[in-house]
Amino acid sequence: MMIKAENINKSFGKLHVLKNINLEVQKGEVISIIGPSGSGKSTLLRCLNYLEKIDSGRIEIEGEPIAAMDQQGQKIHIPENQIRRICRKLGMVFQSFNLFPHKTVLENIIEAPIVVKKMPKEEAVALAEELLGKVGLADKRDAYPSQISGGQKQRVAIARALAMKPDIMLFDEPTSALDPELVGEVLSVIKALAKENMTMLIVTHEMAFAREVSDRVVFMDSGEIIEEATPEKIFKNPEHPRIRAFLDKML
Amino acid sequence: MSYTLNVTGFLLKGCIITLQLYAVTIVFSIPLGIICALAKISRYKFLKAFLEFYTWLFRGTPLLLQLFFTYYGLPVFGIRLTQEQAAAITFVLNYAAYFTEIFRAGIQSIDKGQYEAAKALGMNYRQTMWRIILPQAVKRVLPPTGNEAITLIKDTALVATIGMGDMLRAAKEVVTRDFKISAFIIAAVIYLLLTTVVVYVFKKLEEKYSVYD
Repeated sequence: MMIKAENINKSFGKLHVLKNINLEVQKGEVISIIGPSGSGKSTLLRCLNYLEKIDSGRIEIEGEPIAAMDQQGQKIHIPENQIRRICRKLGMVFQSFNLFPHKTVLENIIEAPIVVKKMPKEEAVALAEELLGKVGLADKRDAYPSQISGGQKQRVAIARALAMKPDIMLFDEPTSALDPELVGEVLSVIKALAKENMTMLIVTHEMAFAREVSDRVVFMDSGEIIEEATPEKIFKNPEHPRIRAFLDKML
Repeated sequence: MSYTLNVTGFLLKGCIITLQLYAVTIVFSIPLGIICALAKISRYKFLKAFLEFYTWLFRGTPLLLQLFFTYYGLPVFGIRLTQEQAAAITFVLNYAAYFTEIFRAGIQSIDKGQYEAAKALGMNYRQTMWRIILPQAVKRVLPPTGNEAITLIKDTALVATIGMGDMLRAAKEVVTRDFKISAFIIAAVIYLLLTTVVVYVFKKLEEKYSVYD
């Protein structure tokens, strides 16, 4: 089991964003999370790698808890550095790329391996060059993020996350900030990762892509998982009328 | 001509005091400002409250008053400082207060996505600050820091009021002695030359940091 989330709840003030969410992710699985805006998809993803702290429930990454409660329902304290170590198994790609603007493409990728993993620089550079080749941007290694297109930025962001050799990749609407003609190049990189059996959780509004790439599709609405099924089932024959209504609007 | 040269030489001697105070203030107040800015955005409530009081006090009262207080006021409490010590301490504390606020604003202007990206890559707070946030903040605070660096050159003239022989005081002595205002003009030219150097340095720094946008 790569990720196990049990009864997780999260509120922002009075807004109950995640309501008793349960989710399990197996090794090699590609899961798309779809649903209307504000349904809690991104928040769920952000809770899984501790960018947001859950209010209650339990989250395990490869068997190790990053959030847990005792029998009385009190949160158990887990040291920050332990959480940081566990969360290194997760790579994250953001909607707005979040590349480091003061560093070149290459420097963006080698930063964490050198600083966090204490990898020797030559090794990190070799790894970065290999990853840049993989996302088709070997010639952009010395460019600054401001000098490349959105699609290229997102591919660099993917390479940057992969440089930490994560077991699981989280994608938070990776193509939502892109011009339509640049969406394809990012999706094809993600598809290539799926072929390599990378475990992935993808929050997306690209329905055709979700259908093609996922083993399982999770539909969320107002903080709840409404249905979780194979793409065929969700897209052809969803049980819940809310899914049908959503898909009618999207397609 | 020889009069001008003589006066210039005399003023340049005073200028040394100006430059010494300038160097001491820059060298100490900028690091102090960075430390205070980091402390101000930390989670230590007492420290934050104390720094809030500090910047409020030093930005809210005239530098001249602070200088008088340090030099003429502190002896009342048994603390006796030389003119140089009083000037250096006052200037460092005063300028650090402004730098604290400039750097704090610069750090807080960095997008929170940068913190999230660093965190998602496994970086801790210290690594995130030193390697990701501060280098970007430096670029943003260069223009206001340059302003302060220019203001400081002229503020050093205030030390004449506690009897230090800086350039302005030297100029005034010459004018009083000779009944000629040329010393003031020469002093103005020297001040302008000094600010020109500072402006140039900051322009170069801004160019250096503009490579990535």
